[in-house]
Amino acid sequence: MKDLFFKDGVIGDPMNRVDGRLKVTGGARYSAEYELPGLVHSALVGSTIAKGRITSIDTKAAERAPGVMAVITHVNSIKVPGFAASAHPSEPSTIGQPLRVFYDEKIYFNDQPVAIVVADTLERARYAAGLVKVQYAAEQHQTSFDANTSRAVLPTSAKRNPKSPLADYDRGQTNAFQTAPVKLEAEYVIPSEMHNPMELQAIVAHWEAADKLTVYDKVQAVKGTQKAFAKDWKIPEENVKVIATFVGGAFGNGLHNWPHETAAIIAAKMVGRPVKLMLTREQMFTMVGYRPHAWQRVGIGATPDGKLVGITHEATGQTSSYEEFTESTLQQTRMMYQSPNVTTRYRILPLDVSTPIWMRGPGEATGAFALESALDELSYLLNIDPIELRLRNYTDQDPEKNLPWSTKFLKECYQMGADRIGWNKRPAKPGTLRDGDWLVGYGMGVGTFGANRRPAKARARLLANGTVLLQSATTDIGPGTGTVMVQIAADALGLPPKAIVFELGNSTFPEAPSQGGSATVASVGSAVVAACAELKKKLLELGGPGFSGAKPEDVTINSRVQMRAYNSSLPLEIGLRTNASVKVSYSDVLQRNGGQEVEVVGEGRPGNERQKYSMYSFSVHFAEVKVHTMTGEVRVTKMVSCADAGTIVNHKTAGNQMIGGAVGGIGMALTEAAVIDHRFGRYVTKDFAEYHVPVQADAPAIEVAFVDKPDLLVDPMGTKGIGEIAIIGVAPAIANAVFNATGKRIRELPITPDKLI
Amino acid sequence: MNQFQYVRPTKQKAAIDAFGREADTQFIAGGTNLLDLMKRGVMNPTKLVDINRLPLDRIDRDKGTLLIGALALNSTVAEHPQVRQLHPLLGQALSAGASAQLRNMATVGGNMLQRTRCYYFYDTAMPCNKREPGSGCGALEGYNRMHAIFGFSDKCIAVHPSDMSVALVALDATVLVSGPKGDRRIPFGGLHRLPGDTPQRDTNLEPGELITAVSIPDNPFTKNVHYLKVRERASYAFALVSVAAALHIENNVIRDARLAMGGVAHKPWRLTEAEKSLIGKLATEATFRQAADVAMQGARAFKHNAYKLKMAPNSIIQALKQAAAVA
Ligand SMILES: Cc1cc2nc3c(=O)[nH]c(=O)nc-3n(C[C@H](O)[C@H](O)[C@H](O)COP(=O)(O)OP(=O)(O)OC[C@H]3O[C@@H](n4cnc5c(N)ncnc54)[C@H](O)[C@@H]3O)c2cc1C
Repeated sequence: MKDLFFKDGVIGDPMNRVDGRLKVTGGARYSAEYELPGLVHSALVGSTIAKGRITSIDTKAAERAPGVMAVITHVNSIKVPGFAASAHPSEPSTIGQPLRVFYDEKIYFNDQPVAIVVADTLERARYAAGLVKVQYAAEQHQTSFDANTSRAVLPTSAKRNPKSPLADYDRGQTNAFQTAPVKLEAEYVIPSEMHNPMELQAIVAHWEAADKLTVYDKVQAVKGTQKAFAKDWKIPEENVKVIATFVGGAFGNGLHNWPHETAAIIAAKMVGRPVKLMLTREQMFTMVGYRPHAWQRVGIGATPDGKLVGITHEATGQTSSYEEFTESTLQQTRMMYQSPNVTTRYRILPLDVSTPIWMRGPGEATGAFALESALDELSYLLNIDPIELRLRNYTDQDPEKNLPWSTKFLKECYQMGADRIGWNKRPAKPGTLRDGDWLVGYGMGVGTFGANRRPAKARARLLANGTVLLQSATTDIGPGTGTVMVQIAADALGLPPKAIVFELGNSTFPEAPSQGGSATVASVGSAVVAACAELKKKLLELGGPGFSGAKPEDVTINSRVQMRAYNSSLPLEIGLRTNASVKVSYSDVLQRNGGQEVEVVGEGRPGNERQKYSMYSFSVHFAEVKVHTMTGEVRVTKMVSCADAGTIVNHKTAGNQMIGGAVGGIGMALTEAAVIDHRFGRYVTKDFAEYHVPVQADAPAIEVAFVDKPDLLVDPMGTKGIGEIAIIGVAPAIANAVFNATGKRIRELPITPDKLI
Repeated sequence: MNQFQYVRPTKQKAAIDAFGREADTQFIAGGTNLLDLMKRGVMNPTKLVDINRLPLDRIDRDKGTLLIGALALNSTVAEHPQVRQLHPLLGQALSAGASAQLRNMATVGGNMLQRTRCYYFYDTAMPCNKREPGSGCGALEGYNRMHAIFGFSDKCIAVHPSDMSVALVALDATVLVSGPKGDRRIPFGGLHRLPGDTPQRDTNLEPGELITAVSIPDNPFTKNVHYLKVRERASYAFALVSVAAALHIENNVIRDARLAMGGVAHKPWRLTEAEKSLIGKLATEATFRQAADVAMQGARAFKHNAYKLKMAPNSIIQALKQAAAVA
């Protein structure tokens, strides 16, 4: 692998995180930890109805409470100038009108912020928030998915563009599965799930001048946030600075800007002080997105020897009444298997709830639960091993786009996983393998996600001490972005990792995309490679006579020095790999550069290879489960997750991603459900005691295996994304294992003991 | 959270006096339940009497009983040698509760007086007769998956969430209390009450009464015991259903039995009739099944908790099997 692009480098090393020490010693600063001079605290008041109007707000008691500086509601709030009065403008993550905070008396969802209280301490702000009295004129709300299925609609983007991946899709004959000799049709349901990262959503908003805003904000897109707030406040983009140096997990809920952020910015403007707002855990359930409740129906049919005749896959996901959130729930169905006939129908159902947002493996994780469960069901009807069934329908090119794959090593994943889980122990007949009071079963599920890449830039500067400082406006929500960028740069420059510093999470850095869609390494890594190449080119230009005619890639930053460069005052030299006698000291280079450290910006962007190839990452997940015959409890006793994700830049951080995704998938399969009482339109499971994320005891040994073969069509490192495929396919693997253990097919997640008893 | 007065007496009498006559005073021990409730505005005491400085954390043998101080920590009790030796059922129940961090803070007195986890009790924007008498029961027609199948009323269908209490009621424990009117002893089964028309009252304690200790009489249940807890994740979740089972078996014949359930009623649910049905019988699965049938008499479910009608008897059978080590 290494000799394809980088020679003898650190790419692939399971290097420790460059910021690991900072994180475990408390040195890493998260959004709520910026103690700016004059900083004040705040708390939100949320609505207690799901739909209607505020008829009156009594803020007097709150205003009189000790330490309170302001109580801001729609009555007295300054109006955000960029809020559209009525039209529904588009913005990147959703179509619609993001909630206009403190704009008017209208209520769109339960716990919608209706006031923010600013005080000198957090306790005083929260206390006063409890004193705000709100009267409502409630209207009949609709929060129940089941009661409103007839109101599901085609998303606007699909109406506008019939080629949109959200539009109705028919390959071959519509609903051809019905003509197959062996067929089934089944419905699958997932509840809403909450991202629940460890770090609560938090922002410190600071107006440095009347038209200059700085926010320390928990986001996955510093540039996107900068643009959104510049538009809201009608100020130049460069007047908005967004800092997110550390993000304590996000899983997608930092990909949109939420009401609390604007509430804090309004408050900061009105009190003329930096304002800090951190949500409570309960508020994390009501206003910062979630994986939407979804209903799906799959019809699937095959010939008796297991050749697919057709798949029909319908899906409806819930959204809010004011924004159309969509996701690619049906993508995997269109491209994963060699089926001549595929029909997909995607709808959204607007309800009186807050807007959902992408949650790890967005759409695909939902879709894969239905598709991969249905394939499993079909395998029993056909009496063909589930892996064999998938192999019989393996595709060597993308049947949706009719393009060759850039790379696809899915067969290798099947093999590695089957060997490691011990697939040969799987009973062909469900409910037949026992271990004492427990039934044992095995299941597998496949995941895929586009090997995305977006344009990105990075800056590289060679400091006089020999350190190369790289900067890019990406973020690191936990995967270890900073660490792998250091590795990529180290190999691109031929320097040890310790000679590289990579900075991110700052909107003043060169443009980079949001950290979403598993695209960061491919996008920003390519920019880093480009920046390193630019740096060598610039050094060559400044190197003087000896360097003329040499190739940029042969430029070296002197190796004798480099080993100690990051903490030594030894002179730094620039040389040539091809001719050891050519050398110039960096101080000479600096002089030629007008006394400035050499600095370049590199840009990477995908080219037309995406018109010629179809690019996806692939994963296969295997689960061994035990189900208690008397109590219905399910324990996942072993998991194996295998991935074709191109070059693995760092086996430790990539392995972490896979394990984290598998644990998230255990939660999706077995424990997580955000439940609404529709009489009130309010969540009832909204804390960690009642909304069950898996705990350590729920996570078994999880073995990870990578194919680790580069895909050089995707990007120069050969990487494909990992974050999403880590969870896509996990829930069906577990559901399929539960069926194998018990003979019970659970088509509505989560698989709690009551469903099995 | 509201403003409140705070005192931290070092003498028991001072603590009881400090409680005074004000209805909205609360004792605070580990605070792991009370503080959560205060932060959410569910309980709004105007005065807290911190009892952590009182000398009430001892665990002692006393005339054929084990006396456990009200301030002994859940983790300490669970691992205490005499508890493990004399009352292993109690140790198992404690270890099944909450998380290691919580057990290191939580006290015995606080554990038995922890309040229900009913969703509607916890959300001040929803009706709850326990929190706000007369506002209605949100759970009755609502999401009642965790709720009672025994002893409920149309005013309240909440369950008592403590694991420890299920073991204590099975082990015939007695609660020692001290109050403005003096000391008294309450059999554990009489500590908690059924909701009836006054679900706002969880227990039969009078205002200002301080739990000082719990006393467990010696018994023969040192070997064949099992605390079974069925929950939605492997740890750190409240019971859907739990069973405390203790058998005294000689020559495969059940000489004596104790059985109680958690997660099924407003109080830890002792199963006296089922116990009687076990005595004198062979320790077999058939015996346990018949005891489970007896135990379930009178059970009634709501929209989302019908599964308990099957899970509860199954759990009784399973717990008895494990206690008796019957495969
Ligand atoms: C997330 C979570 C999960 C949990 N899971 C479980 C579980 O699975 N099983 C389980 O059993 N428990 C569980 N618990 C509850 C936990 O066991 C209780 O919070 C704890 O036992 C309470 O003890 P404490 O000392 O902290 O009580 P506090 O919170 O200090 O007090 C609780 C109540 O008891 C009163 N009180 C305390 N001591 C005395 C006394 N000596 N005399 C009179 N009144 C007194 C207080 O006034 C208050 O009303 C969980 C808690 C949390 C937060």
